[in-house]
Amino acid sequence: MNSYAPLIVIFPLLGFLILGIFGSRMKSEKLIGILGSGTVGLSFLLALLVFFQMLSVEPDQRKQIVTVFTWLSTFTGSPSSFSVNIAYQIDQLSILMTLIVTGVGFLIHVYSIGYMHDDRGFWRFFAYMNLFIFAMLNLVLADNFLLLFLGWEGVGLCSYLLIGFWYEKKFTGDAAKKAFVVNRIGDFGFIIGMLLIFSTFGSLNFSTVFSGASLLTMGNTTILWITLLLFVGAIGKSAQIPLYVWLPDAMAGPTPVSALIHAATMVTAGVYMVARCSILYALSPVAMEVVAVIGVVTAVFAATIGLVQNDIKKVLAYSTISQLGYMFLAMGIGAFSAGIFHLMTHAFFKALLFLGAGAVIHAMHDEQDIQKMGGLKEYLPITYKTFLIGAIAIAGIPPFAGFFSKDEILWKTFSSEQGSWIFWLLGVFGAAMTAFYMFRLVTLTFEGKRRFDHHLHPHEAPKTMTVPLMILAGLSIVGGFVGIPHWSGIEHWLDPVFSPAQYKLMSGEYSGGIMEYLLMAVSVGIAAAGIYAARWVYLQRIEIAASLQQRYPRVYRLLLNKYYVDEVYDAVIVEPAVKSSEEILWKVVDVTLIDGMVNGSARVIGAIAQTLRKIQTGVAQFYAVVFIGGILFVITWLLLK
Amino acid sequence: MASGFILTTTIFLPLVFTVVIFFLPKENIKGIKLVALSGSIVTFLVSLFLFFGYDAAIGGFQFLHKVTWIGSLNISYFVGIDGMSLLLILLTTFLTPLALLGTWNSIEKQLKGYSIMVLLLEVGMIGVFASLDLFLFYIFWEAMLIPMYFIIGVWGGPNRVYAAVKFFLFTLFGSVLMLVAIIWLGYFASTVPGGQFTTNLFDLYRIAPLLPVNLQMWMFAAFGLSFAIKVPVWPLHTWLPDAHVEAPTAGSVILAGVLLKMGTYGFIRFNLPLFADASLRAMPFMCLLAVIGIVYGALVAMVQTDMKKLVAYSSVSHMGFVMLGIFSMTEEGLQGAIIQMINHGLSTGALFLLVGMIYDRTHTRSIADYGGVAKLMPVYATFLMIISFSSIGLPGLNGFVGEFLVMLGSFKSTLLDNRWFAVVAGLGVIFSAVYMLWMYQRVMMGPVRSDGLYGGHHLTDLTKREIAVLVPIVLFVVWIGVYPKTFLSKSAPLVKHTVEQMESVKRGSPIRFAGSLQCNLESK
Repeated sequence: MNSYAPLIVIFPLLGFLILGIFGSRMKSEKLIGILGSGTVGLSFLLALLVFFQMLSVEPDQRKQIVTVFTWLSTFTGSPSSFSVNIAYQIDQLSILMTLIVTGVGFLIHVYSIGYMHDDRGFWRFFAYMNLFIFAMLNLVLADNFLLLFLGWEGVGLCSYLLIGFWYEKKFTGDAAKKAFVVNRIGDFGFIIGMLLIFSTFGSLNFSTVFSGASLLTMGNTTILWITLLLFVGAIGKSAQIPLYVWLPDAMAGPTPVSALIHAATMVTAGVYMVARCSILYALSPVAMEVVAVIGVVTAVFAATIGLVQNDIKKVLAYSTISQLGYMFLAMGIGAFSAGIFHLMTHAFFKALLFLGAGAVIHAMHDEQDIQKMGGLKEYLPITYKTFLIGAIAIAGIPPFAGFFSKDEILWKTFSSEQGSWIFWLLGVFGAAMTAFYMFRLVTLTFEGKRRFDHHLHPHEAPKTMTVPLMILAGLSIVGGFVGIPHWSGIEHWLDPVFSPAQYKLMSGEYSGGIMEYLLMAVSVGIAAAGIYAARWVYLQRIEIAASLQQRYPRVYRLLLNKYYVDEVYDAVIVEPAVKSSEEILWKVVDVTLIDGMVNGSARVIGAIAQTLRKIQTGVAQFYAVVFIGGILFVITWLLLK
Repeated sequence: MASGFILTTTIFLPLVFTVVIFFLPKENIKGIKLVALSGSIVTFLVSLFLFFGYDAAIGGFQFLHKVTWIGSLNISYFVGIDGMSLLLILLTTFLTPLALLGTWNSIEKQLKGYSIMVLLLEVGMIGVFASLDLFLFYIFWEAMLIPMYFIIGVWGGPNRVYAAVKFFLFTLFGSVLMLVAIIWLGYFASTVPGGQFTTNLFDLYRIAPLLPVNLQMWMFAAFGLSFAIKVPVWPLHTWLPDAHVEAPTAGSVILAGVLLKMGTYGFIRFNLPLFADASLRAMPFMCLLAVIGIVYGALVAMVQTDMKKLVAYSSVSHMGFVMLGIFSMTEEGLQGAIIQMINHGLSTGALFLLVGMIYDRTHTRSIADYGGVAKLMPVYATFLMIISFSSIGLPGLNGFVGEFLVMLGSFKSTLLDNRWFAVVAGLGVIFSAVYMLWMYQRVMMGPVRSDGLYGGHHLTDLTKREIAVLVPIVLFVVWIGVYPKTFLSKSAPLVKHTVEQMESVKRGSPIRFAGSLQCNLESK
């Protein structure tokens, strides 16, 4: 079984290399499309094979590590010196992530064949997408922090390349650069975290670090620092406060990219990393608290912005930030498997929603403003139905996928040792807003009156696009059944991965009885209310929205302008850094001070030379006078001595 | 000893070709170019024998070749290489033909003299890395200054004379002090019981532990200043942007690719083993300068408007990593420093080539004159993208290997015992992304200029020749990023030995730096 693991990773790499080198000469879109999605499909099939093999053995024998070669080391052979392998770890968590990445990834690749049709950079798109899958698989399958980091940076690179895919537009370049640079701020934390891990445990291998950590006591300061630093990385990659600002702008990329990278997979990398390090976080209650607070605050904060956005993709982007917040909330309260469960269901329904949005944008000839849509359900029946399923799923209506995973998180938030009712309340509040903004989106886009020019003739997307939509819709319906309360297949499956952390947290199986069902009813009721409110306002009483805007103009503008966070960052960080580098470091220190000194000393020497050269008159008589005068001086001096 | 001839051949082979060029008529442009290029390619091929012949399992100096020169002063032509010199010599012989081919049509005047200068420069560079006699080292070190001075001063840009003189004065100032220190060191050898004047590096390694600490400090300063100017260490870096901006492309490639490494090479080869106590004392100070250079260089690079200046300042930042690695005095740090020298040579060499290629088309280097180039030059865009990310330090490409090892080394160093250096150096990770990607965006992305002209010229994508120059560099960029063992294993014995020596000196029970096995063999 172990021999397959590197192959899972290799196929997308091969796809990237073939497309990257020969793609520009390939004339047939069909060939490129089959190559691009085929490699990902093959990886998915292999991952499925490995998964079934794992099912057939005992839970404690499912973990495997495959070493390929020594990557980075001092190669001095000293026992304490650094060494890291290219090595893959197959376990319950990584195979689950692999299935999500390759499965959803495959569907999005197929969808892209239709979506990117006739684009000048068709081959380039698939090359980048394959590279992304390769990097993402390294991220989830790595058996050590450094290889995870390779994947981590690799997905960041692909994100950069794909956001800036249509590089001729000005804002795509800005968005791409912003995404990479903001992520790098997070990576800075991640790197320092790795340095600290290595100097503490003498290794970057998960198994060595985690087994070393499990011997430490609760609240160890070094572990606290490690977990906080790693979390800085997660905040960047998974777009949490205060580093979320890149994700809304990242929507400048093609919509399949938003679905794959900026919703279903890459942005969940931070959640995965925290889950992978669950034992470290379990040892530092303070870090857990930080994770939970950042998560829940982001969940609510992003949802409020989502309420008023008019760009179909921006609404979904803020929704993603908010949902990632829920996943971090789960991590922070020790509900690791609930967080991963939500990661999975979110991958299904958010990919679905983005691809649906893509179908709408496609049909509307690149229009993204939902105020200029409406009534599209007649033109795009399949897109509408699947989008609606996605919206119900994210809103948390049973028995759709989002209900089970979100409810699991909310219940654990309320009931676990690390949780609290305040977190729960905020979570429910966020859920209400989620339901509202999603159905505002559905209503304004698909229902009500048509608000676009009838010359547009919107038409349903081709089969390559609708079939993935239907499959994802199916998954958004049934995907939650693996995590039905008290019969949680996914929790049992992940148990061997998280049990060391759960043991430290001493969180046993905890049945809330009637309370659990009561809270469940409350959250479903609130979600339903949110849906109803949105439909009521935007179908029947549209003037309410307008009058609210007028009555609270400041609040509205604050939300519409995303709390002016970008502007504040520009004024406080970016501008001063650029200005002081230019005005002080370069123009004053370099040019004036240092060069001034160098050129000054040259000038001083020059000046001395200028004076001295006046002696060189070229008049022989003057030289003779000096010569004789010198002789007289020497003789006199000798005589007087 | 027989194998030593291969090394001597490598050093002087380019000289043979300069003689050939000398006798060619200067109108025979094509012939001169071909002879120069084939000379540098043959030198590269010969240097491959060194690579495959060097046995890292034994370590130490190999391919030794010694001929007595000034017998009474124990000065000899004495060359040999260890893993570090090997890698740097290969970098030199690899970059020189690429620099020539990459600027095939860029030089418009006095091509004959130019070709001779480039090949002479190569002799000097290889000689510096191979010398095991300080006097010989000094000769090569100075000899190399002259062709570089002419390359900048004759074939450079509008402000070339100022830049050439600044370059010459800066470096000469440092090397004069080094000469004094070399003579002093040789004299000191004659004062030890039974000793005599010598500049033989092995003999000096033997007597180095006898050097009193205050004398070491002076020597460290004299050698160190010379090397620090070359690196360049902040605040001695201001000659570099001027020299780069004015130098022709090939000059910039060799200057950034190889010449800067002579400084860091010197620190590892001479300062650490010869003046170990002084090195340990200077350690925090050197690390401080290194870290300032990393951040300062990156910040100033960010606000440059000239592409070449931007790359020049980025060199200050990247070479700061090398310095930090050296003065962390750990295996990780030194290995990182050595591989970072190679990485910087490849990435920055390639960046200068890329800037040169577009400059050849447009005759402007101002970032503001560009925009939307990716659409017109997609192949160029791909190469610039790869090299930019190599420079940014993306894992999987070469830059990351060096930077990460350096940070790791300085973080865990017990001799340094201060983790903040690594943390501040880590900021370079953020800034490098800012300045590289910002430049990339402003040059390559956005709409094509409305008239489609850049600097008044139409753009055409890279030619086959230009692609042939860049492909080998990209291959190494990926190779080092994915499988650095090929290179790191060569320098491992030296690094292990240096760290052992430093730690023993710190413990107060110095072991002498042997240069390993051959040193003992040679003394018999």
